[in-house]
Parts: sequence; structure tokens; C-alpha cells
Amino acid sequence: MKTIEAASLAQQEFIKDHKRHHQFIRWARLAVLILFLAVWEICANAGVIDSFFFSSPSRVVKCFFSMVRDKSLFSHIGVTLFETVVSFLLVVAISLAAATLLWYSAKLSEILEPYLVVLNSLPKSALAPLLIVWLGTGINTIIVAGISVAIFGAIISLYTGFLQVDAEKLKLIYTLGGTRRDTFLKVVLPASIPTILSTMKVNIGLALVGVIIGEFLAARRGLGYLIIYGSQVFQLNMLITSILILCVIAMALYQIIQYLEHCYKKRI
Amino acid sequence: MESELVKIDHLSFSYHNLNGETKALDDLTFSVKEGEFLAIVGPSGCGKSTILSLIAGLLQAEEGGITFYGKNGKKPGIGYMLQHDHLFEWRSIWQNVTLGLEIQHKLTEENKRKVEKMLDDYGLAGFAQKRPSELSGGMKQRAALIRTMALEPEILLLDEPFCALDYQTRLTVSADIARIIKSAGKTVILITHDLSEAVSLADRILVLTQRPAHIKAEFHIHLTLPDDSLLAARKAPEYAKYFNQIWEELSDENH
Repeated sequence: MKTIEAASLAQQEFIKDHKRHHQFIRWARLAVLILFLAVWEICANAGVIDSFFFSSPSRVVKCFFSMVRDKSLFSHIGVTLFETVVSFLLVVAISLAAATLLWYSAKLSEILEPYLVVLNSLPKSALAPLLIVWLGTGINTIIVAGISVAIFGAIISLYTGFLQVDAEKLKLIYTLGGTRRDTFLKVVLPASIPTILSTMKVNIGLALVGVIIGEFLAARRGLGYLIIYGSQVFQLNMLITSILILCVIAMALYQIIQYLEHCYKKRI
Repeated sequence: MESELVKIDHLSFSYHNLNGETKALDDLTFSVKEGEFLAIVGPSGCGKSTILSLIAGLLQAEEGGITFYGKNGKKPGIGYMLQHDHLFEWRSIWQNVTLGLEIQHKLTEENKRKVEKMLDDYGLAGFAQKRPSELSGGMKQRAALIRTMALEPEILLLDEPFCALDYQTRLTVSADIARIIKSAGKTVILITHDLSEAVSLADRILVLTQRPAHIKAEFHIHLTLPDDSLLAARKAPEYAKYFNQIWEELSDENH
């Protein structure tokens, strides 16, 4: 009885330590943020940095509320979010379809491999001017820009993930009288869900990068446009506010995929 | 005498790659009778598994042939158990054991009842909705057996199906599964490198040579069983004799 109590005490101690550790990390993270904002504000007010160029937290907040009041901000955020989500969903659909096709035909994948590698390493921002000429300035160009940044890497990582599925598991399907299609649907696809989710996590960020590049060059609305506009009219408060909003959006989108992953792990 | 069910006739098989040709099987001839439990032993890497893949039709023979003498001239159903259970973690035990039926679109009410009965018989009744990771090694092996048996094969191919288990579980599970298979009257071809397993389970044992494998010796096993216990076969008076004879045949190969 005594030993059990001792063990549970040690266990309690362990759990307490664990909780304490996490609490410390949480507070420390918050402290870093507050410290950064405070130093920024103080330096700007004391004239150590020029608040015209570097803005300051209080100016950002003021700018944020004035943009909220004239209602322009939400339409910009909405446009960027919409474009990002659409390009992300298209990336997921197209890359899944393409990786499936490559998996089905080893020959095709061997033929296309060098092209995929080249397209993947190409800096996609180089394509943006071309897209403007082809598609004009508008939402289509921006969505295609978003897709172009993420798509090739997504195809390559999904295809690689598909190939890593244990060959013996495929053999099992054949011993049960299954076809190649069965091996894909019953083994390759379900076994690759973790890969698909981790690829999605990378892609949502890349789609946002592509959309912002697109908006820099070919938009009249959206946070990317706001950033470029802010820099051209020397409205650095607006520019920095937009960047901070982008940070929040990037974080939120990532968290959504993270949550999906969490749900999947829980279900298994 | 029971009739022949499978006849392997002058079978040869080679693997090819750019560095050359590796001959795995060389002019193999043997047959398996209906209801027989045949074990094939041989040095590791001698191409034992290739034989099963050929019989299962996963590989095509280069020379020679495999003839089946199923009922009504039809090819008999073949069940193949691999070295690992390969139960899928994303499926429940029920979804795992019915995988074969699902693939062959035979998931009828009648077959479902049969699978339920097998789960009962094999001591997995309460585990249908569990995930594979929640089962012990022996239970997983039984679930894998149900998955194979659900398709009602006439011939069972066992490719070292117990080699992933630890020794104690292995003794219990192999005896357990052999009992199930024998009582179902299935024809079995077991590949193994464990001599004691071969002697205690099989009616007949083929000893293969190093690659390219051909048949070196054949043993008909008749054990006088003292009782019905799990380890009965290993206690039979003839057990040591067979074991030593086969051991000698094999150690010639392994020098």
C-alpha cells in the first residue's frame, strides 16, 4: 500500500512539474511579445527609431481602428483570405490527383520527374508577371499565383509519401484477390493521411505567400495590395498593420490544419 | 488415399536485375494432397517464399508449371498468410477481418455471420470494434487468420506466419492456429526455418537446398501423440529423431 502511495506521489510530482513547465513556456512566450512591443513603443516615443519609418504599437492600433471604422480593412482581409483558401483547396485537389496518377504509372512519373524538379525549384515569383500578361489583373491571376507556389512541392511530397507505403501491405491486398486500384484505396490512401495532412500544413502557408505575391503585382484589393499601396504613399502604419494582420491570418490558417490533424489522431 | 490438389511440375524461377540473373528455384517438382499439411524448410534466402508467391499467382513461372485439381475442375481458393499480420491501424478489427470479403464484394449477411462466428470461436468476440494496437501479438495473428479464412480458401499458404512473435507466444499461437486449420480440414503449405515448428505441425516436410533451391529430402512425419496438450507433438518419442535427421540435412547446406 505504502509503495503504491509513494508511486502515486511521484506521479503527482511529475504531473505538477510537467504542468509548471508548460505554464512557464506560455508566460515566457507572452513576455517576449510584451517586451518586444514595449521596447518598440518606448524607442519610437523616445526618438531612438523614427516612428515615421518604423511606426509603433500605438500607431498600429490607431491605424487598425481607423481602417475598421471606414470598413475598408475587412474587405481587404476577406479578399486575401478567400483567394488563399481557394488556391489552397485547389492545390490539395490537384496535387492529390496528380500524385495518384504518378503512383499509378511508374513510367509517367519517371518521365515527368526532371520537369517536376525544375518547376519545384523555380522561384515562382518569376512567373507572376507572365501570369498577369496571360490572365490579366484580377482574382484569377492571384489564385493561380497562389497555386503555382505550392503545387509542385505538394505533388512531389505526396507522391513520395505514396511510395513509402510498405510493399508487404500492398502484397496483402493482392493475396486477398485485390487489384491495383484496391491497393490504392484500401492501403496507400489511408496510410498516407498523415503525409497528406503535413503537406497541407506546408501548403496553406505557401498558398498565402503566392497570393500575397500576386496581390503585390495584380490587385486593387487585398492585404498584399495594402502593403504595396502603403509603401508607395509612405503610409508605413498601414503597411505594418497589414503585415501584423497577415501574421495573425497565417497563424490561424495553420492552426485550423493542426486541429484537423489533432482530430484525425484522436479518431485513430 | 486423398487426391492431389496442387502439382508443381519442373518449376524454375529467376529474379532479374542489371547485375545479372539470380536463379531462385531450380526444377522443383512436388505435389500436395487434399487435406495435407506440408512444411517446406530450407536455408534462409533459398527462395522459399518465391514458391508461395508462384502458387498464389503473384508471380508467373518462367519454366514448368503449377496445376490445380480443384473440385469441378475449378481452381481452388488460395489463402495466403504473410510473415506479419499487417492489420491496418486505421481500421477496426472487424473492418480488418472483413477486408478480403470487402475487396471481393462478398460482404453478404451470411458471410458476416460466418466472420462473427469465427471471432467467437477464436476468442476475439469482444474485440471487433477495437484497433489492432489494442490486441496482443497472438490475438492479432488470429485476426489475420480470420481475415484469410473468411474467404474460405481450400489451400492455405503460410509464409513463416509466426516469425514476428516472441518465442512463448509463438509456441501457443502456432499450436492454436494449427488446430484451427486442421479442424477446418484445409490443405496447408507452411514455409518455415523453425524445424521444431515444422516437425510438430506438418504431415510431410520438404527440405530445400541453398539457392537455386531444389528438393533435397522428403520426410513423412508420424508422431505418436501422448496427449492433446499444446506441446504434445514436441514430447512425442519420434520428435527428436525427425528433428535430428532434418537438422543434418540442413546443416549440410549451411556449412
